[in-house]
Amino acid sequence: MSAVTYREALRRALDDALRRDGRVFLMGEDVGRYGGCYAVSLGLLEEFGPERIRDTPLSESGFVGAGIGAALGGMRPIVEIMTVNFSLLALDQIVNNAATLLYMSGGQFNVPVVIRMTTGAGRQLGAQHSHSLEGWYTHIPGIRVLAPATLEDARGMLWPALCDPDPVLIFEHGSLYNVEGELADDAGEVDIEGAAVRRAGHDVTIVSYGGMLRVALAAAEALAGDGVDAEVVDLRSLRPLDTETLVASAVRTHRAVVVDEGWRTGSLSAEVAARITEEAFYDLDAPVGRVCTAEVPMPYAKHLEDEATPQVRDVLEAVHAMGA
Amino acid sequence: MNDDDARELIRSVIGEVAPEADLDSVGPDEMIQEALDLDSIDFLNFVTGLHERTGLEIPERDYPELATVDGCVRYLTHATT
Amino acid sequence: MGDFKMPSLGADMDAGKVARWLVKPGDVVHRGDIVAVVETEKSTIEVEVFQAGVVEEILVPEGTEVPVGTALARIGAPAEAGAPAPGPVPPAAAVPAPAAPAPPAPVPAPAAPAPPAPVPAPATAAVTEHPGVVVSPVVRHLAERLGVDVHLLEGSGPGGRITRADVEAAALVPVGERPVSAVRGRRAPARRRRPAPQPAPSGAGGKRVSPWARRVADDLGVDVATVEGTGPGGAVVERDVRAAAARETAPPAPEGAKVHRAPTEPSASDERQAAMRKAIGALMARSKREIPHYYLSTTIDMSRASRWMEEENATRPMTERLVLPVLLLKAAALAVASVPEMNGFMVGDTFEPSAEVHVGVAVSLRTGGVIAPAIHHADRLSVDELMAALRDLVTRARRGVLRSSEMSDPTITVTNLGELGVDSVFGVIYPPQVALVGFGRVVERPYAEDGMVGARPCLTATLSADHRASDGHRGGRFLAAIDHLLQSPEGL
Repeated sequence: MSAVTYREALRRALDDALRRDGRVFLMGEDVGRYGGCYAVSLGLLEEFGPERIRDTPLSESGFVGAGIGAALGGMRPIVEIMTVNFSLLALDQIVNNAATLLYMSGGQFNVPVVIRMTTGAGRQLGAQHSHSLEGWYTHIPGIRVLAPATLEDARGMLWPALCDPDPVLIFEHGSLYNVEGELADDAGEVDIEGAAVRRAGHDVTIVSYGGMLRVALAAAEALAGDGVDAEVVDLRSLRPLDTETLVASAVRTHRAVVVDEGWRTGSLSAEVAARITEEAFYDLDAPVGRVCTAEVPMPYAKHLEDEATPQVRDVLEAVHAMGA
Repeated sequence: MNDDDARELIRSVIGEVAPEADLDSVGPDEMIQEALDLDSIDFLNFVTGLHERTGLEIPERDYPELATVDGCVRYLTHATT
Repeated sequence: MGDFKMPSLGADMDAGKVARWLVKPGDVVHRGDIVAVVETEKSTIEVEVFQAGVVEEILVPEGTEVPVGTALARIGAPAEAGAPAPGPVPPAAAVPAPAAPAPPAPVPAPAAPAPPAPVPAPATAAVTEHPGVVVSPVVRHLAERLGVDVHLLEGSGPGGRITRADVEAAALVPVGERPVSAVRGRRAPARRRRPAPQPAPSGAGGKRVSPWARRVADDLGVDVATVEGTGPGGAVVERDVRAAAARETAPPAPEGAKVHRAPTEPSASDERQAAMRKAIGALMARSKREIPHYYLSTTIDMSRASRWMEEENATRPMTERLVLPVLLLKAAALAVASVPEMNGFMVGDTFEPSAEVHVGVAVSLRTGGVIAPAIHHADRLSVDELMAALRDLVTRARRGVLRSSEMSDPTITVTNLGELGVDSVFGVIYPPQVALVGFGRVVERPYAEDGMVGARPCLTATLSADHRASDGHRGGRFLAAIDHLLQSPEGL
């Protein structure tokens, strides 16, 4: 066991993958000489060389396409898109090529590409650089979407994602990189399917993922002080969703709140709420609640950004409003 | 009325007043009211039931004689001879 | 115009006996009114009529057992003639075409002219009860709007669910040919309508109850119609139902309750017992949490009351004898007049005294648990009436046949645990009441009067009261009033 940061856990995962399989390589903006925009790949260029750690031009559509091509060609590329905001420039590559080629080729061509992206707000980066668009990607058949929120998942999700013959997107919330905790020295792969109950409870289920998991857990602590015993479910895999775990939890607690940093409308929280309602309707004591970002382009000023994004008090309010 | 008839009668009336009560579990000298958790209304119903089945007038001052099963049996057999 | 028939109140019911008619010829009845009490082998059930009209004739007198489906009474159309009203229209084709084309969509039921091809209604009065029939809120609201009883429908949805289409189809059936509603014993009291005009709630007026709360209410025997909702949008949620159950502490009634379960199934009543214990616990916890209790006690010389009662009982036939609790109840009920702060409800932070005195009587159920249903207007009843009311109440409480008004109306409660040997009992107030009077057992105590010491039968009377509504001084006066009343038992 040692104290590591989320960033270090990711780095260990990269290190491990690069060692184990010569087909694995990392490509993206500033991943090599700069050591990664968020310092995740710091030191890897020195260790593995420029063939394995490749700096790309500032052209998402281009280098994501190249990564897809490399995957088609038998490599196992890890494409790093600096943030989900810039992935919009590569949307066509991801949605129309990576996700479809297996099907459009009648099963002939797999695209075993892993695309890592930073996501989320909270660092005063303004409207264009603060998106949480994981929900958009979960809409697309043909890709797998993961959101590691813990050190174990950060360390353990990469290898199984690389082993998947089909495209996998991994979202890392920007606020998590510096989060420190204890991680087993021999921590390895984790199951990339299935949600996890991070805190068991029986009065209300708080569903969350990625950067919002910490908000959910903090809210659960606060609720415990109010005599409300909250269960916190970490989605971990956003597509496919572990409906079974969600529904089982809602059936147990009879109340559910989803905390999602995306905007409410057409969001992943809407999907989660719909599934819980579909399968646990008769066990619900109140409609499924959703705590999401205010429906405005993300403000730049810190106090406004804080106001717009889901905070612990918003979760408490939502839970109390449903009669818990 | 003999002892057995009296016991049967008591059992039957108790059965109406307190259906879930188990008269067999009450010892001969145990207080019926306490053992079977009967309150004053139950007891009155019990006594009224005995009255209705036997035609016996049971004045209130006789109630203490009906406190135990044996007491009830004695009262009924004596009163009906 | 139609017949009110003996309903089938259980899959294995062949016959029933009308124990009591609650209406007579000439009475106006509305859909949902309880018109008779029917006895079956298993239980006693208050039965509703499912048509509106005037009782024309009682066909089967009280006490007669008849097979299921036998016509029990004839219900005629209400006085105002003129077309479509509640009178059903014969389904045969010989129907004049209605002025407006009958739409295939649902038509408001009572005023429906016969649509061209009406759905043939199940002719028999056989009712199939669905264990745990699930009905979504939307369908329930629709059913309320159309005047359809969902409990009588066969669900065609997945898992037997009642769908919109089921409700709409049922709504097309002329009212007089629909099966008569059967109400199971435990539910019956709560479904009795208040003496207001027939409610036909619009969609917006329907009560909102969460699906889970409905199931909890089912399990605990709570009628959601009587529960205040504190959930989102004023909906009734689980905690409201549990609070209501704790107030009502619904009686077990294992036989009459769920007809589809075998009457001897032990787990049903075990569960009910456990649920009741939990509800009582919750009520007591809430009471202790919310109500600042204070306690007073006083010893009352019962010699006069005991002697009076003995003398009275000696002159009365056995069936008219009095028991001591009746005198205590009456005294408590009358004492309220001197200290009204003991009688009423806490509403939020305000005490609202009640003009009426409905004394809750704590009845212990031998299977475990206590309920405290009310004897209404206990202060106005004579001692004999009170005795009869008490006997009736206790019997019904133990059999599980109580009316919801008896559970919700007590303005003050009296507990007589002293009957079983406790000297004094300091009880926990039943919220939202503000006082609980306890009477211990009568024991001989040394008593001094006029310088002479003797032994007299005494009992300890106690008062647990809500400090927000009264203080020790007033509480003391209340107990003194009870004492005073018991010294003149002939005046009770």
